[in-house]
Amino acid sequence: MLKIIARRVFVAIPTLVLVTLIVFGLQKILPGDPLLTMAGEERDPQVLAFLREKYRLDDPFHVQYLAWLGNVLTGDFGNSLRTGVPVSTLIAQKLPVTLQLAVMAIIMAMLIGIPAGIIAAVRKGTVTDYAANAVALSGMSIPNFWLGIILIMIVSVQWRLLPASGYVPLTEDPLQSLRTMLMPSFVLGTALAAYLMRHTRSAMLGVLTSDYIRTARAKGLLPKTVILKHALRNALMPIVTLSTLLFGELLAGAVLTEQVFTIPGFGKLIVDAVFTRDYAVVQGVVLCTAVGFIFMNLIADVLYILINPRLRHPQ
Amino acid sequence: MKLLLSSLLTTTMLLAAGAASAQEFRIGLQEDPDVLDPHKSRTFVGRLVYASLCDKLIDVDAELKFVPRVATDWSWNEDNTKLTFTIRDDMTFHDGTKLDAAAVVANLERARTLPDSLRKSELTSVTGVEAPDATTVVLTLAQPDATLLAQLSDRAGMLLSPATFESDIGTNPVCSGPYKFVSRVQNDRIVLEKFANHPDADDYHFERLVFQPIPDSTVRLANLRAGDLDMLERLNPSDAAAVRDDENLQFMPIAGLGYQGITINTSGEGDGDNPLGTDKRVRQALQLAIGRDIINEVVGNGLFEPAQQPFPPASPYNSDDYPVVTRDVEAAKALLAEAGHERVAFTLSFGNNTTATAINELIQAMATEAGFDISLQPTEFAAMQQEMQAGNYQAAQIGWSGRVDPDGNLHQFVTCEGTLNDSNYCNEEVDRLLNEARETPDPEARLPLYNQAQAILQDDLPIIYVYHQPWPFVLASNVEGFQPYPDGMLRLKGVTMAE
Repeated sequence: MLKIIARRVFVAIPTLVLVTLIVFGLQKILPGDPLLTMAGEERDPQVLAFLREKYRLDDPFHVQYLAWLGNVLTGDFGNSLRTGVPVSTLIAQKLPVTLQLAVMAIIMAMLIGIPAGIIAAVRKGTVTDYAANAVALSGMSIPNFWLGIILIMIVSVQWRLLPASGYVPLTEDPLQSLRTMLMPSFVLGTALAAYLMRHTRSAMLGVLTSDYIRTARAKGLLPKTVILKHALRNALMPIVTLSTLLFGELLAGAVLTEQVFTIPGFGKLIVDAVFTRDYAVVQGVVLCTAVGFIFMNLIADVLYILINPRLRHPQ
Repeated sequence: MKLLLSSLLTTTMLLAAGAASAQEFRIGLQEDPDVLDPHKSRTFVGRLVYASLCDKLIDVDAELKFVPRVATDWSWNEDNTKLTFTIRDDMTFHDGTKLDAAAVVANLERARTLPDSLRKSELTSVTGVEAPDATTVVLTLAQPDATLLAQLSDRAGMLLSPATFESDIGTNPVCSGPYKFVSRVQNDRIVLEKFANHPDADDYHFERLVFQPIPDSTVRLANLRAGDLDMLERLNPSDAAAVRDDENLQFMPIAGLGYQGITINTSGEGDGDNPLGTDKRVRQALQLAIGRDIINEVVGNGLFEPAQQPFPPASPYNSDDYPVVTRDVEAAKALLAEAGHERVAFTLSFGNNTTATAINELIQAMATEAGFDISLQPTEFAAMQQEMQAGNYQAAQIGWSGRVDPDGNLHQFVTCEGTLNDSNYCNEEVDRLLNEARETPDPEARLPLYNQAQAILQDDLPIIYVYHQPWPFVLASNVEGFQPYPDGMLRLKGVTMAE
């Protein structure tokens, strides 16, 4: 097991280097001078020259890249060009926010998606199945930002039940924190629930027609036991993989949802950084989310092995 | 069943909690401010925070006249090369250190000499600053500078505690304003707390100020309506009608100091080599083709006060000689014909957002009738700035946030060597007049200089001003005593909230 993990981690290194190279390169191709956004409306030539030198923006690509990579290896991600705050501080500020949103959204998605998928599979071809499918389809096709704004209008403005937007850290006021995150995680969760529902349904359908299920039924087991204990366990593999990967994606931040609910997570940070050409922040955050994604992939592999004993001793 | 019950219970608990304390005043901002160091910062939105955080030497009132703040009095010497301030002696910084003349000198020196100070260009005329005694500061100038007081009424005149110069000011500013810095989470909030030792502390009625950047105007408004904010700045004009009709809200728009206009590349080379760039008659025709009042009505919902001049309506330099040109398609056609064109084609760039798109589509439609074929080029803002500075554009719809002094809205844009002169416009007479106006502190002598410069510029039209940038504030109905200022700043002195 450890050997497998070690090999996986080793393989991830070239991927990360490639990610940094691509991000670094793409930013240089992007039109727009970071200094023009930094030097403000006045664009004082003296200040421009000073900043250009300070941030080594005139150095050739490979010099800039290697200097940055060297700093990253010593744990220094540089400072935000826009606010002067160290990028590592920004990441430390935003990571809990994004993590909380991701965890709540994935729980929301699983709570909705998996039961709906099971019911749709068991009642295949009935009205319930079609209804679940329709709900799933709308979950996938309704844009996040629209659902978000409508929810704000109804729940916050009309009913005044939940705060319209913002973020309160879990450590500061757990209840208020959950309240502010409820709507955004629901919005994100419904979209993901749709995928989970579809996958659960097809996996369950595959399992439900297999021989051992027929045997279990023939033994006279309760339908509940057959479905939840015998069928679901085996149908779980693709669902676990998908959930883990979806979670990895959530770690990169949910740009639109964060924008609508003004949640200061990775998504908003990176979009703002791109618009102000805040290179150091973009690089740091992308690197961080890439690590997160690779880590979740690793977790998915490990879970695979844990759930499916057949994979434990590859021949 | 148990699960259902417990989840119901949790939901009820979640929904029941909340409500902020009455001592807190929450302000919705359109953007997240940049670095919070007055000498290095560059955004308008940052100045909204400074207005409560950092005191400055002098301030401006609603008529753009200078009024005392840290300095109680100021005077010029005979040839306008020495400016003397008298400093209050009852003030301290948030860290408890004394605010005296020496501290003012230290701040001005920092603003003048810090390598990445953005205030340096605002204080170029200053050659020396000294404090003969604890309450007097004398600025020595290389030549008379009429813009200096305006600069000192803004970030260049803001005072930080000199004891903190070596620390990281941008993330932990220590000033002397009515509120002191508590914390900031980027993209989320900036929290300030009342500074009890401020001389005017009794007139500031909130214990805490919370600034929350909420970029989406609809969401910002929804937060105000839901009671999660007490006021917001820069309402989207498309929401103006709904806000006017809402009894729970107060709408307080004011025409600002800045403008939106069409900057034209008049270099005559590269992208500037086209009829619009080389022939002023074509530019005059374009101006006649555009209905500024129509833009105000259709896109601005009455908030986009038509502009003919760079100076704000509140400014004494806004001249009656140049009323807003109204739309006249026939006159525009005649001018084009005189210039020898039946139709003129050009590309108009603009920063890609909903309001700008609506404005530019309207301009395109109106100009078509007069004989212009405009191709619209929505561009991401940072990219457009770079292209404009490099001269790779024909015309661009862009704005300027505005300055109190007339010089700030004009000099850098139209003088031959001006750093913001993206039009590449150059006229020796305009240079001479604007340079002279810069060195003439007496408003009576200064006004004719600007009028003469405007006479040339209104004919050449390197920039066609379209509308004055509004500052539409919206407040909850229980907020009392708020007054909007043309500079768009939030002056919270005397503002209260009814229970």
